[in-house]
Amino acid sequence: MLKLILRRLPALFFVLFCVITLTFFLVRLAPGGPFDRERKIPPAIEAQLLAKYKLDGPLWSQFTGYLADIARGDLRLSTKYRNRSVNEILAQTLPVTFALGGLAFLLATAGGVWLGTFAAVRRNTVADRLAMGGALLGLSIPMFVVGPILILVFGLWLKWLPVGGWGSPAQLVLPAITLAIPFAAVIARLMRTSLLEVLNQDFVRTARAKGLPDRTVVYKHALRVAILPVITYLGPLAAHLLTGSIVVETVFNIPGAGGFFVNSILNRDGFLLGGVVIVYCALLIVFNLLVDASYALLDRRIRVDA
Amino acid sequence: MLEPGAAVRILRRPAAKVCLGILIVVAAAAAFGPELFPERYREPGPLQYAPPSWQHPFGTDLNGRDVLYRVLLGARISLVVGLAGAAVSLFLGTAYGLVAGYAGGKIDNAMMRLVDIMYSVPRLIFILIFINAFDGHVREFAARLDWPWLVSYSRIVILIITLGLIEWLTMARIVRGQVLALKERSFIHAARVLGQSHLKIITRHLLPNVLPIIIVYLTLTVPAVILDESFLSFLGLGIQPPQASWGSLLAEGAQSINPLKIYWWLLFFPAVTMSTTLLALNYLGDRLRDTLDPRR
Repeated sequence: MLKLILRRLPALFFVLFCVITLTFFLVRLAPGGPFDRERKIPPAIEAQLLAKYKLDGPLWSQFTGYLADIARGDLRLSTKYRNRSVNEILAQTLPVTFALGGLAFLLATAGGVWLGTFAAVRRNTVADRLAMGGALLGLSIPMFVVGPILILVFGLWLKWLPVGGWGSPAQLVLPAITLAIPFAAVIARLMRTSLLEVLNQDFVRTARAKGLPDRTVVYKHALRVAILPVITYLGPLAAHLLTGSIVVETVFNIPGAGGFFVNSILNRDGFLLGGVVIVYCALLIVFNLLVDASYALLDRRIRVDA
Repeated sequence: MLEPGAAVRILRRPAAKVCLGILIVVAAAAAFGPELFPERYREPGPLQYAPPSWQHPFGTDLNGRDVLYRVLLGARISLVVGLAGAAVSLFLGTAYGLVAGYAGGKIDNAMMRLVDIMYSVPRLIFILIFINAFDGHVREFAARLDWPWLVSYSRIVILIITLGLIEWLTMARIVRGQVLALKERSFIHAARVLGQSHLKIITRHLLPNVLPIIIVYLTLTVPAVILDESFLSFLGLGIQPPQASWGSLLAEGAQSINPLKIYWWLLFFPAVTMSTTLLALNYLGDRLRDTLDPRR
């Protein structure tokens, strides 16, 4: 496993470098600067501002300077939230996003695997059709519709759960469910297809033939193999959850990194935007590596390092 | 692979008929509805936040605009972006998959590794940055060429291209898988022995054989692109007012849910229209795939 990680490392740094480069130049490509206001600032002050935020000099030296700063772990200052560094903003908001995303991750995987297994075991019954119909519905209703509906029902009518905001565990429930639903649906469909395929294989027939109870056959033998496609989906799932959390944070008024991301685009706050993107991508790259490694552990037949 | 009977077989299911009917109705309403709409209700009126009535079946919004009319206009933009974006992804994904599968070996490996990497980065986030970077330039470019239509529709054009640029990955994977299996078949070997060029083999022999599966995944890409577009518009970074798509209508609707006063119709009608359309598209796509690919 260590060998796998070491072998992947150069490629990972290359991907991260591409992400940083792409973000840096795309932000610079946008017309207008971070200090454009209705009123023109005097040139001397503008020059000072640009120097303070290291936005002066030729583009190429700005880029190399930025790379050097990132290598040192400094994501620079936000040009909108003056005197706050991007590191500081991310340190405050990322834990929020991770708490939400992590819970949604667990809900989506557990719920999806359960629903998919439930449907596969009852293949072609009414229960199966209902479960898969539900999954299709979950895929087709956007999160920003599910969110307000949950708020309306559980927050405003039944008054069981808080409408939004952040701080208590109860405030985490509705956003996490909203975020998890579409991905639970994807996983349920993956799980059902894969389990149906595995249930037709010889080793399952052998297990049945030697008289094992149905439960043991499905949960101990078939599920272990059938879950592999779900594991491959976990990497993209993490990426989707981070993207989705932007919307869910907006709907539920959660002070996570998503809101800062959207604002940083509107405010032309290049370093904050870059910081969020770079940190997101770095985390996802590491997460994908871990998924690949765990894949190798789960299924000995697969040699990932080959 | 796609025998003529397949479409008929799929439509034998009542649910499939209903879905097809819904799609036809939504498409027709989007195409002709805004023109047929009574002219005096097209402009903002004096009635603010009027609940649904005979006059305004879907109610009115903050500016007294008829929500039904706005939903119809939104359907137009959402459907056009969905279809055109899916078409862009179709070309890219098919070309990429064909080349990777046909080339095989190291080239295939490298190309598919790139797809894997793109799968695991938050692609929509890059789209947001892209739109932000290019929108102004496109508008400037259009103004210089004196193309007024591109000035007002620059966002939509950029959305179509960029969303097409991120939704091609699945298509590429599927096409590549098909090509890998096809290229070992004897008719491809025969074509090669006869000395046909690679380009000809790809376009004349491989492409027609992967076409059915491409059509299936096209039906599944359209709802994905519509959903992506609505995501961007919901955040206020996609379609800009006064234009509206389902996503931006839903954004207004979601803001109207608050403890003081609930204007439910602002959320309900766009949500139902959009969700039913996506559901119908996804259902038909699923059925098509199951019919074509009995393994699943």
